[in-house]
Amino acid sequence: MQEYDVVIIGGGPAGLAAAVSVKEEGIDNILILERENQLGGILNQCIHNGFGLHIFKEELTGPEYAQRFIDKVKSMDIPYKLNTMVLDLSKDKVITAVNEEDGILEIKAKSIILSMGCRERPRGAINIPGSRCAGIYTAGSAQKFVNVEGYMPGKEVVILGSGDIGLIMARRMTLEGAKVKAVVELLPYSSGLKRNIVQCLDDFNIPLKLSHTVVNIKGKERVEGVTIAKVDKNRKPVKGTEEYIPCDTLLLSVGLLPENELSRKAEVKLSNITGGPVVDESLETNIDGMFACGNVLHVHDLVDNVTMESVNAGKSAAKYVKGKRFDGNKIEVLAVDGVRYTVPQYINPENVEKFIDIRFRVGNVFKDSFISVYFDDVREMHIKKRILTPGEMQDVKLTRKLLDKYPNCKTITVKVEGK
Amino acid sequence: MFDVTIIGAGVIGNSIARELCKYRLNVCVIEKDPDVGNGTSKANSAIVHAGFDAKPGTLKGRLNSEGNKMFDELSEELDFPFKRIGSLVVCFEKSGIENLEKLKKQGIENGVPGLEILDADKVKKMEPNLSDNVEAALYAPTGGIVCPYEMTIALAENAFTNGVKFKLNTRVTSIVKNSGRYLIKTDRGDVESKIVVNAAGVFSDEINNMVSDKKLNIIPRKGEYCLFDKSVGDIVSRTIFQLPTKLGKGVLVTPTVDGNLLIGPDAEDIDDKEDLNTTDKGLNFIISKASLSVKKLPMRQVITSFSGLRAHGTGDFVIGEAEDAENFINAAGIESPGLSSSPAIAAVIRDIIIDKLKPGKNSEFNPIRKGIPKFREMTNEERKKLIAEDPKYGRIICRCETVTEGEIVNAIKRPLGARSVDGVKKRTRAGMGRCQGGFCGPRVVQILARELNISPEEVTKSGKDSNLLVGKDKENVPA
Repeated sequence: MQEYDVVIIGGGPAGLAAAVSVKEEGIDNILILERENQLGGILNQCIHNGFGLHIFKEELTGPEYAQRFIDKVKSMDIPYKLNTMVLDLSKDKVITAVNEEDGILEIKAKSIILSMGCRERPRGAINIPGSRCAGIYTAGSAQKFVNVEGYMPGKEVVILGSGDIGLIMARRMTLEGAKVKAVVELLPYSSGLKRNIVQCLDDFNIPLKLSHTVVNIKGKERVEGVTIAKVDKNRKPVKGTEEYIPCDTLLLSVGLLPENELSRKAEVKLSNITGGPVVDESLETNIDGMFACGNVLHVHDLVDNVTMESVNAGKSAAKYVKGKRFDGNKIEVLAVDGVRYTVPQYINPENVEKFIDIRFRVGNVFKDSFISVYFDDVREMHIKKRILTPGEMQDVKLTRKLLDKYPNCKTITVKVEGK
Repeated sequence: MFDVTIIGAGVIGNSIARELCKYRLNVCVIEKDPDVGNGTSKANSAIVHAGFDAKPGTLKGRLNSEGNKMFDELSEELDFPFKRIGSLVVCFEKSGIENLEKLKKQGIENGVPGLEILDADKVKKMEPNLSDNVEAALYAPTGGIVCPYEMTIALAENAFTNGVKFKLNTRVTSIVKNSGRYLIKTDRGDVESKIVVNAAGVFSDEINNMVSDKKLNIIPRKGEYCLFDKSVGDIVSRTIFQLPTKLGKGVLVTPTVDGNLLIGPDAEDIDDKEDLNTTDKGLNFIISKASLSVKKLPMRQVITSFSGLRAHGTGDFVIGEAEDAENFINAAGIESPGLSSSPAIAAVIRDIIIDKLKPGKNSEFNPIRKGIPKFREMTNEERKKLIAEDPKYGRIICRCETVTEGEIVNAIKRPLGARSVDGVKKRTRAGMGRCQGGFCGPRVVQILARELNISPEEVTKSGKDSNLLVGKDKENVPA
């Protein structure tokens, strides 16, 4: 059995940033395990720009953003294995992985960073009735065909779901010569970034049908068309509002799910809301020495946030290996009144250096409201927000100074408040 | 010129083909679809019924319980998944117990062993997740589950390696009797045969009616299903039926041999024999019905839904030579419990043919078929050995089901190998997991293109015009 100080599962943006951070903290005996044939994860197929505005102050494409970290990993001589799939992970931090060269690998790690990313929800998850013919793809698989392999999955396209991947693919399919007939969204608002709605739909005159869904898929061998319908406030289709749209392709962008199959095997406690591990300020899970960052923890909108989060996970793993992390004394962070969840869910102020980011999402659209943070019953923060939408992740920074002001604090509550 | 031509490469046609391999016969199977097991055999409840449902004295009653007993040996020889997990017919009212008793009595007459009526307490001990409203159940220890398409593929592969000719993608257009022989006309040439076996599933009426004046009328009866993620596959550990209604056996909840949870089917008589659409109504029906059996149905864990057609309308199975057409033998109207009965149906048809042609035994018959190695089910020692022999088994293509490139290449290269993404899926489970091919789809397309030496644009989902890609990037950008 091979032994490492830190093993990073997943060589996408989260894993790469975490690995660099671990190495910068002076831990050398580390290994990245990546299942694809190159580092960079899903960024490799995200060839549009807009990545890195926060971290690098410039607009990079996905592959460019990834390359900055791949270059660092290589220049720092951080070992990695490609085409290597982790099959099993135990709570004792023993990894079983497989690849062509090594066969079955067994690795014992002092610390593990979970950075496996997320996957798309398939059609079945939303049970769209109709034909099961060719021409139905998740937006991500279509993106892989178009951006990596150079093939078009269709000519006339309807996209269900206005999350960022759906919006980005509306533009990409258009640029590559397909006709995108509509983007259909179940909710009364898009769950994508505002800038993507403008740049990917409005600029190309692609209609966004809010409060609509696909109620039937027609086609024998290949999709011939889809029927869409309005939905009521319970998200149920309204009879009589059906509209048939001829098309040969339906792309689904109906949500992302953190990929925590391995975490489950290791008995990592998961949140019902995020689908990712429950973590503390160090992004440590309930399993001692096992950390999580990036989309496996909760689905992000911006890779810049993934990077920042992962740097924190890397630092924490390094501290753990060096025995410099403090256990115990945890404040619970509660998400209430419009706030769906927070990451982290627990804070031990002793482990916070200067500040900690609390990231969260709201459950609805709120206009002219406030984000408030309470330390037990005391409101410490009250931040005016012109608009809050579920599609845009929010964060508040809690300084160590502020945390030290309430040494006996039991709970920190994050909520949306009106005027 | 063939001794026997079987029309239809479903579980029935292939079971018959394989039985006939045991004799010195020249056998051909004609199938309209691009792959075997593409009709009713692909989409059904995947149950090997114990055999108490059908009336004693019917073919269904006799052949089901006979067929059930043949599954252990068959699955052993052909290396397909079969598990005798037992089944429970539950009832929700005290008054139902009487009907359970009737079923039990019927089962005993049909020759089903081990039937037992259990009270609510016993049932709850066996299946703690069942509804609190369950009053009693009929327990059948011999009930089982099977992978119906893998079984069909296994039968076909074994028949193929024992010399049966397969004509896939070939649709029968007419059958004419010509000086004691049948001339089967297809869209891809004619086939001459001494004996014709009709195993055409929902199309078995059309095939029969080409030859016989004793007309059959098959009504395609659609059944819809929802398949759940493996993480909830153990909600029940046996097949849970509800007391039958006049529309069929009701909605069942069962684990599958691969560890998923399956619910369904409803029963909707339709007109179109190729209509496999799922419907809002059907899915809602099975979900609400299944929720009667199980306390909390984890609807968020549904990974896909599908529908299948059963050949309904003939009452009992139609098995045997058509009265007015010598050497034309029907295995028609095979609806539930057709899968469970298939080995016994094949034996009946075999005996009819042996009686007619009196062939000698085929001493070279090899009953053994080895399936594709299943990486996901192996120990690490077995995996190491396999990867050492062929490194492609060290490369995972389908993450959700842990399917390796080695398995996919094997599926393409083996007898009657996969020619489409669905063909690979049925043989290896690549794309059958919780992401439903989101990740592995593009890679399976690549592997198919490479192994078949075709362009990715020629790769189909399931043959014919089901192409997945329509051209290269920018081909259609207006100049």
